[in-house]
Amino acid sequence: MVNISIDKEDDIQLINVLGEIDASSSIKLDDALKTTSAEGLAIVMNLEGLSYISSAGLGVFISYLDELKTKNIKFVLFGLQPAVTEVFDILGLNQIMNIVITKKDALRIANEA
Amino acid sequence: MKHNLVISCNKTNLSKIRSFLSEILEGQAIAELEAHKMILAVDEICANLIIHSNYCNPTKKIEILVNFETPTKVVFIIKDTGISFDFDQYKEPDMTDIISSKRKGGVGLILVKRIMDKIEFSTDKNYNICRLTRNIRK
Repeated sequence: MVNISIDKEDDIQLINVLGEIDASSSIKLDDALKTTSAEGLAIVMNLEGLSYISSAGLGVFISYLDELKTKNIKFVLFGLQPAVTEVFDILGLNQIMNIVITKKDALRIANEA
Repeated sequence: MKHNLVISCNKTNLSKIRSFLSEILEGQAIAELEAHKMILAVDEICANLIIHSNYCNPTKKIEILVNFETPTKVVFIIKDTGISFDFDQYKEPDMTDIISSKRKGGVGLILVKRIMDKIEFSTDKNYNICRLTRNIRK
């Protein structure tokens, strides 16, 4: 079960995720990224409330990386809990995605020219 | 000590599997991050079985058994009667290829392989049996 909301802050779209993302709920993450990637603004994801993610959710992230890069849309994640961080690390996604600890750092990266 | 759970092949039941495993592992005083990895690996196998082997058919069942063979070795056995998976034919995909293909699947078994110490798939009569072994890190 996951709840996802999208807020617009200046020139940034902030996606807030609360709950667990697995094969039954990853469609909601996909919908959120589909909506925000179409806007063309930087995307910052607040994952402080994400307690669990399986490959279904990671797969959604991965499927947008190429498109966001091509469109030059900044994509930054922050606030990952230790268990969630570990899953990203196991796949090496921490090496290819912008993952930071605080919202402040995430906004700084998103606002970089 | 053995524990078992039988669920129908519905994706919404994955959370029930995680709760079942979490309770057992917590009862064995296994560290939270260690338990989380094991739960994730079993979740990945069950999701694959529900979706790809049983096409989310709620009349089909999956059984999950947890067996602590020793205080430091836990075995998860997942049984179903769907289409069997040929693990010998599985080739780990390259992450760069997954990214460029923009596909949403393909990383579940990578996680399982990197988390579990041993992965075995077999068939017995009408059952497909997946056996995952993890040496518990303290």
